[in-house]
Amino acid sequence: MGSPFSINGGACVAMVGKDCVAIACDLRLGMQALTVSNNFPKIFPYGDVYLGLTGLATDVSTVSDLFRYKVNMYRLREERPISPQTMANLVSSTLYERRFGPYFVSPVVAGINHTTGKPFICGFDSIGCIDFAKDFIVSGTASDQLFGTCEGLWEPDLAPEDLFETVSQALLNAVDRDALSGWGAHVYIIEKDKVTKRLLKGRQD
Amino acid sequence: MPSIFRTRVQRAAFHRDHHRQSLLDIYRISSSTSDSRAQTIDDTPADLILTALTPSTPTSSSPSPHSSRLYSSSTEVLLGITGKDFTIVAASKAAMRGATILKASDDKTRALNSHSLMAFSGEAGDTIQFAEYIQANIQLYSMRNAMDLSPSATANFVRGELARALRSRKPYTVNLLLGGYDQITDKPSLYWIDYLASLAPLPYAAHGYAQYYCLSILDKHHHPDITFEQGMKILRMCTDELKRRLPVDFKGVLVKVITKDGIREEEYADDHSVACP
Repeated sequence: MGSPFSINGGACVAMVGKDCVAIACDLRLGMQALTVSNNFPKIFPYGDVYLGLTGLATDVSTVSDLFRYKVNMYRLREERPISPQTMANLVSSTLYERRFGPYFVSPVVAGINHTTGKPFICGFDSIGCIDFAKDFIVSGTASDQLFGTCEGLWEPDLAPEDLFETVSQALLNAVDRDALSGWGAHVYIIEKDKVTKRLLKGRQD
Repeated sequence: MPSIFRTRVQRAAFHRDHHRQSLLDIYRISSSTSDSRAQTIDDTPADLILTALTPSTPTSSSPSPHSSRLYSSSTEVLLGITGKDFTIVAASKAAMRGATILKASDDKTRALNSHSLMAFSGEAGDTIQFAEYIQANIQLYSMRNAMDLSPSATANFVRGELARALRSRKPYTVNLLLGGYDQITDKPSLYWIDYLASLAPLPYAAHGYAQYYCLSILDKHHHPDITFEQGMKILRMCTDELKRRLPVDFKGVLVKVITKDGIREEEYADDHSVACP
């Protein structure tokens, strides 16, 4: 067995556009080279904020369940939905609580801040160091490939439809060069007053 | 959840001194060779520390995809198939201990409530201890609330317990298939859970070496709305292939079926011989 981050495989990417953000993930769940499931989404919606989780599948489930609890408790206590920035700090501190026995996940947060109206994305390492980015965030076993495709395809101020095309092509072409990712994808395009979720078929090999 | 069923506490006390030392050794070895972050044993599964921090061994030296302690469970067969209005769960009847078969009529399943069944394989003591702990708690839920937990709720409860144990000092080395029939949605369900507590809802599933032989057959022949007879026909193709290709005799399979009427055992003849190429 290799690293816990690459036992199950998977990829996730987030991108900023003009007054919109996109977040997308693949659907594979594997054990090394064996594909167990082709319907294992890695993006979890928490109200207006979206969390992508790649890495060890058991921790993807554990961490997504944990944040569902934490975000629900936040909303009840504060009587308002959580903002992406607050979510980012919640993710960071929650992961750092496990500094010496971390969850083997690489999270990505995406959303639009409804107070400022500005799009927001960020990524984390497994112990909660935040990577703020103005353009895109990648994570998972296809992250090397995703860096290449995103660097090549992304440009500033993309409209929602163009952002969908860009993020989809970036993800699909990256996972086709990674044996541990792929088998279809989920793509979320988040605008101020609308969220569009699309299912991409992708190569089934 | 109440603590009356948690007999693991006693075991924890018994094992504490034995394991503490060996795990600390693992940590010491790994931390000196680690490439980046320091870790302690506190919250990390023992075999994950090993894989995370020891220098990676050449892939050719590890033929099994599982951790080394799981090799006996790899020859145990767990199969699950869902169809239009049923879930079939099949588990091999051989109780193995190393190279020896101790029993040829072993039942590797437990009924959790009237409409969900759990099949298990893995390390000898862990399997039944964990399965009966889960069974007791699911039954307790049914008694307290005068209603059964749905299959999806059951699966998430089981996963939670396995995941909690994973980050304890002594994790359960247990692979599970959870077959059920949801009486609310009127749909059959099947959940695949491995010893790391990865949970996947699937139309058909297998554990151990059976995955390598059976998943391709199921990929080709399975369809979401097959009838029970078609399901049994596909199961027969799977067990025939296992008979043909597995190097050890797994003593046939015990077949259980979950429908809207509950759980029943299905007659399954395995006296015929299979032609080998």
